[in-house]
Amino acid sequence: MNAKTTSTPTSTIAGKPAGDGLRFYGIWLAGIAVLIVLPLIFSSGGSLTSFSLIGIAIVFALSYNILLGQTGLLSFGHAVHYGLGGFAACHMMNAVVSHGWPIPLPFIPLFGGLGGLVFAIIIGWLMTKRAGTVFSMISLGIAELVASSSLILRSVFGGESGISTDRTALPKIFGLSFGPQLQVYYLIAFWLVISAVAMYALTRTPLGRISNAVRDNPERVQFIGYDPHVVRYIAFCFAGFFAGVAGGLAAINFEIANAAYLGAIQSGLVLFSTFIGGVAYFFGPILGAILVTYLQLGLTSVTGVWQLYFGIIFIGIVMLSPGGIAGLVMMHRPLVRAGTLPTVIPSYLIAAVPTLALACGVILTIESISRTHSGQGNPINLFGVAFSPASPLTWASAAVLLIGGFFVARLSWRRVAEAWDRAATVARDRGYLA
Amino acid sequence: MLELIVISTLNGLLFGMLLFLLSSGLTVIFSMMGVLNFAHASFYMLGAFFGFQLTKWIGFWPALLLAPLLVGAIGMAVERYGLRNTHKHGHVAELLLTFGLAFAIEEIVAMMWGRSPVDYRVPALLDFPAFTIFSTNYPAYKIFMLAVSILIFIVLLMVLKRTRVGLIVQAALTHPHMVGHLGHNVGRIFMLVFGVGSALAGIAGVIAGPALVTQSDMAAALGPILFVVIVFGGLGSLPGAFIASLVIGLIQTFAVALNGSLASAFGPLDPSAGPSVLTDIWNVTIAQVAPIVPYLLLVIILIVRPMGLMGTRET
Repeated sequence: MNAKTTSTPTSTIAGKPAGDGLRFYGIWLAGIAVLIVLPLIFSSGGSLTSFSLIGIAIVFALSYNILLGQTGLLSFGHAVHYGLGGFAACHMMNAVVSHGWPIPLPFIPLFGGLGGLVFAIIIGWLMTKRAGTVFSMISLGIAELVASSSLILRSVFGGESGISTDRTALPKIFGLSFGPQLQVYYLIAFWLVISAVAMYALTRTPLGRISNAVRDNPERVQFIGYDPHVVRYIAFCFAGFFAGVAGGLAAINFEIANAAYLGAIQSGLVLFSTFIGGVAYFFGPILGAILVTYLQLGLTSVTGVWQLYFGIIFIGIVMLSPGGIAGLVMMHRPLVRAGTLPTVIPSYLIAAVPTLALACGVILTIESISRTHSGQGNPINLFGVAFSPASPLTWASAAVLLIGGFFVARLSWRRVAEAWDRAATVARDRGYLA
Repeated sequence: MLELIVISTLNGLLFGMLLFLLSSGLTVIFSMMGVLNFAHASFYMLGAFFGFQLTKWIGFWPALLLAPLLVGAIGMAVERYGLRNTHKHGHVAELLLTFGLAFAIEEIVAMMWGRSPVDYRVPALLDFPAFTIFSTNYPAYKIFMLAVSILIFIVLLMVLKRTRVGLIVQAALTHPHMVGHLGHNVGRIFMLVFGVGSALAGIAGVIAGPALVTQSDMAAALGPILFVVIVFGGLGSLPGAFIASLVIGLIQTFAVALNGSLASAFGPLDPSAGPSVLTDIWNVTIAQVAPIVPYLLLVIILIVRPMGLMGTRET
């Protein structure tokens, strides 16, 4: 994994042809255009809420990737900064209203960011002393410490019910009240663009580069005169700040901050989003945040055990494609350039059939078990076919799909790997390196 | 007061020994393979639920034997088919795999047995008070738990210190590569150690299940404390894990039993000041602080002695 993560971002640095710059800004402008146009196409209240949540999740996942992808720090407590940012934003909004300060709502996420940053500054020096597994364990311990303390310090965290606020009571700017969800969406989109640009710019600074070096080989970084501890600390502070911004946006969106914001579930979700999306590329966490939030919103209405599917998807990604979705997509870049992609596609199509069967088998098995155990006998609707969870036919077909699908799929994956190797060899011969 | 001290010491020792059953496996696995097994507490939970289910089917005593074996087998399968394939992607991927497993196991347990506590009862044979101190009846089952965990502790010690397998495991703790160079099948040792570690967690689950609450979130509640134990004791140090287990077990048990607060010790604060962080801290009882005590200890040990109590190896 290291070889891939180091080579790819650095290879684009030097000697950029003029067309690349245009394409680079084109991607960003296209992204902004999509953000502006989306609510005009899907204007229902439900989709606006989903877009807002996805926007927050993207900022949060990108901030997490400063740690995981760029500095190599696997944190199990990133939601602490998110939650503290949310609380800071809520307290700030209430203070603005009660003191009559002239601070309009669009600036509030900044205070959320400060909330996350201050905590990162305080605790970060201690936490980033060691990298690797030790850091992970400590981050988990600190997360538990903060989550438990939040229930004790009632005056700050509001106990079980949390701190609520009213975003419309703040001073207006440009006549916007931020009552309607549409305005909140654009506020989130605005902060999403600013944060994403800032975080992307951060990866291009010397600090971003030395963070990558600390991730890959801290010893050599020491030899060239940098202290890896300091680098990790600064990266940790940046990550804390942007997580706080995301938390502030969440506080604006929900008009409440409670202990669930900084809990283990939130930390796990951001880890899932970032890793499923892919840590080696800047756009990976964006993909992951979109997918995970969408699944989270979509699956809850379809199945009672949606978290189990998350776990399975996550385990599958860790075992089969540690580069995440972004890694899978970018694997094809040299093939596309060399024009050898068409030679792989037939094997993909062949492999898709048993893989789909395997997936159906997994879904059918899980749903049959869960619906039998929870006592609800409503049929499982899979691609328009209704299966009754109680009938032996369902169990038999689940077993056949699961076991048969697994063995056939394994064979077909081997074929995919062979076809892939051939295509990659040709691409390498033509001078397109992965 | 004396009653409270005696009972809390017994309970604390018990909790500490349970923690050690878990942390010993975790720390041996970590030292040998460099894998922090996030799912270790999940194996403990599986042990409790398998114990509950098997007790229903075949009774407690066969379950006490079978459930850990089942959990051990699952652990070995996880090592063989999961971790060994993930190893090439580095330690982060391995850690994430066990994290995903912990998540999935919790969901599977919730799916099979529901999210509310199950009715896992103390076996009838042990359902009587062992002795009465002052006015408190101390249940025989807790004495049994203590006996089992001490027995396992002694067996573990004997195996590690007196047998050839123990010798190899000890060597692999500090010099895993050298052990491989000497021609031992490191893969099989890893699988064995992982299986035994999981089985120990399973035993802890089976015996702790009836006394504590058997519920689908028990792994998530205990997991972070385990990490505190092995960081506190020093990564890769079994004696350290032992001392840390007892210390944290005792401290937490005593904290839960004590009801004092700063307000009860120094009198209430001036009420005119209104609610603030200070009043929160002033009025909180020690029992309420008990859940965060292990993490406070973690922060303190990181400041004072970053390698842990008995740790020597920088990881």
